[in-house]
Amino acid sequence: MLSDDAFKKIDREIAKYPADQKQSAVMAALAIAQDENGYLAQETIAAVADYLGMAPMAAFEVASFYNMYDLAPLGRYKLTVCTNLPCALSGGVDAAEYLKQKLGIAFNETTPDGLFTLKQGECLGACGDAPVLLMNNKRMCSFMTTEAIDQLLTELRADLRGQAT
Amino acid sequence: MSFQPILTAGLDPATGDATWHLDDYVKRGGYAALKKIFAENITPEAVIAEVKKSSLRGRGGAGFPSGLKWSFMPKAYAGAKYLCCNSDEGEPGTFKDRDLLRYNPHQVIEGMAIAAYAMGTERGYNYIHGEVWELYDRFEQALAEARAAGYIGQNILGSNFSFELFAHHGYGAYICGEETALLDSIEGKKGQPRYKPPFPASFGLYGKPTTINNTETFAAVPWIINNGGDKYLELGKPNNGGSKLFSVSGHVVRPGNYEVPMGLPFAELLKMAGGIRGGRRLKACIPGGSSAPVLPAEIVMECTMDYDSIAKAGSMLGSGAVIVMDESTCMVRALERLSYFYFEESCGQCTPCREGTGWLYRVVHRIEHGQGRPDDLDLLNSVTDNIMGRTICALGDAASLPVRSFIKHFAAEFEYHIEHKKCLVPPEVQKEGSKIYVRPSC
Repeated sequence: MLSDDAFKKIDREIAKYPADQKQSAVMAALAIAQDENGYLAQETIAAVADYLGMAPMAAFEVASFYNMYDLAPLGRYKLTVCTNLPCALSGGVDAAEYLKQKLGIAFNETTPDGLFTLKQGECLGACGDAPVLLMNNKRMCSFMTTEAIDQLLTELRADLRGQAT
Repeated sequence: MSFQPILTAGLDPATGDATWHLDDYVKRGGYAALKKIFAENITPEAVIAEVKKSSLRGRGGAGFPSGLKWSFMPKAYAGAKYLCCNSDEGEPGTFKDRDLLRYNPHQVIEGMAIAAYAMGTERGYNYIHGEVWELYDRFEQALAEARAAGYIGQNILGSNFSFELFAHHGYGAYICGEETALLDSIEGKKGQPRYKPPFPASFGLYGKPTTINNTETFAAVPWIINNGGDKYLELGKPNNGGSKLFSVSGHVVRPGNYEVPMGLPFAELLKMAGGIRGGRRLKACIPGGSSAPVLPAEIVMECTMDYDSIAKAGSMLGSGAVIVMDESTCMVRALERLSYFYFEESCGQCTPCREGTGWLYRVVHRIEHGQGRPDDLDLLNSVTDNIMGRTICALGDAASLPVRSFIKHFAAEFEYHIEHKKCLVPPEVQKEGSKIYVRPSC
C-alpha cells in the first residue's frame, strides 16, 4: 500500500514532534501517501492512521477537511487556478477560462486521456504574481499568461512522453 | 532622512532565490542579534522590554502588541512551552510572508530563536501554508543549515539555552491562519478554532503555554535587538512602530510587496506600485486583506498606512494586503467572489458562520445574476447581524465586514443591480479591467 520509502519519510516527520504526539505527523504523512498513490484511498488513510496509532476516522477527518487532499482518483496533473478577488482583478478568471477551453473540461473534471484535472482554487498566497496556478499541490506557477499556460501544458505533455520512453 | 528597509534590506527579487542561504544571511549581518544576546548577557526580561519599547505589533492581522504578548507566557513553568510561527498566509491579497520565507528564511529563524530565549521556550514550529510548498522545502533546508551552525538546537552558541525548531505544513485550509485552529492542526486534527479563554499563553499546543506570532513579526525582531526598540519605533509613528511590508495587488501597474515606514500616505504606496493601470481611476481599496472593510477612493486616498489611521477611516490594517480596484470593477461581482471564499472556508463549527456564509454568498450571487429582490440588502445586513459576535473565531466577522462595507459605500451599485437586473459597470469595461495582466518588462 505504501512503500518503505514513504514510511521512512513519515518517520522523519514523526521525529519532529514529542514522542507521545505522533498524530501531529498525520498531515505530512497523508501528503506523502498522496504523492505516492496520486490520491488517498480509504485503505491508504487507514494504513496511515494505523502507523500513527490513531483511529482511522480521525485520519479521515483530516483528509476530508483540508482541501489539498484528494479522496478520489484524478488526472495525472492537477491544475488549481486561483480565481479569488485579487487574482481575478489580474485575469485569474480569464486564465481559468483559457484552460477550460484548451483542455475541453470544466472545473472538477478530468481530460479523457486522464492527463489533466482542473480545479478552482482559493487564495494560494501569491496574489502579486496573478494569474497563478498550482500544479499537483507542489509547484507554484506564476504570471500565467496564455503563452505561459501553453508552455506549461507542452512541458507537462513532453515530460510524460519522456517518462514513457 | 530617507527610509531604509529593514525586513528586506539587501534583498533583490531578481537574485533572491540564490541568496537565501545561511552564508548570505550572515554576510548581510544575520544572526548578529542572537550573538549579541549571549555576548552581552542580555536577560530574557531585557529582550521583552526592548520589544515592548519598539511598539512592534502583530503583523498577521490583529495588531496586538508583541512584547506584551510575550510577557503573558508564564516564567516559572515546570513543563514544556511552545513557540509557533504563523506562516499560514491565505488571506486573499496577502503574500508578504511568502517573500520573507523565500528570500530570507534565516531572519525568521533568528527572530524565533530570540523570542524562544525571551520566553524560555525550548521547542517551536513554523506552520507554513501548504500551497507554498517550495518554501516549506526551503525552510527545512534553512533549518538544517542553522542547526549545523549552532544557531538552533542544543546549547545555542555555547550557552545553556536550547531551542529546537521544526517546519509543519498546512494543506489547504484558510482557517488554520486562526491561531488556535493552527494549534489543533499541528496536533493532527481538523483545524477548528478553540474557545478563548483559555488563551494559548496558558493552554496552547498540547495544552502547554504557547505563543504564536506572524512570520513578519518574528522577522522584525533581530533588527530591534541590534538597533534598539526606540530606533524601531522612530521608523514609524507613535503606537505604530517600525516598517511594514504591504502586499499590493489588483489593478496596479506593479503588484508586489513594498516595505515602507508605518504611517506612509496611501497615495505614496499607490505611486510606488506604479499607480492604476491603463490610465483608469481608483474606485476602491481593501487596505488590510479581504476581511477588512472596503474603502472608497476618496476615503482611502486620505489615509496613512498604519493601524490607527486605517481604523479611524472605518477599516483595518489587518495583514497589510492592499487590494486595489479601479473603475472597471463591479463591486457586486467583487463581493460575490469574496463571499464565496468565506462560504468555502468556514470550518463549519459554529452554526451562524456555517449557515450564514452560505446565505451571504447565495444572496450576493443572485443580486449579481439579475435575480436580486428589493429587500435583499436588508436581508444581507440582517444575516451579518446574526453572524457577528456569535461565533468562536473571527471568520464570521471576516465574512460579514466586506458585505456590510460594500453595501454601505456602494449601495447605489447594489440597488442598480436589483432594479435593472444588470451591472452598472458595462460588461466590456469589466472585461477589459479583469483581463490577464501582462506586466511591463521593467
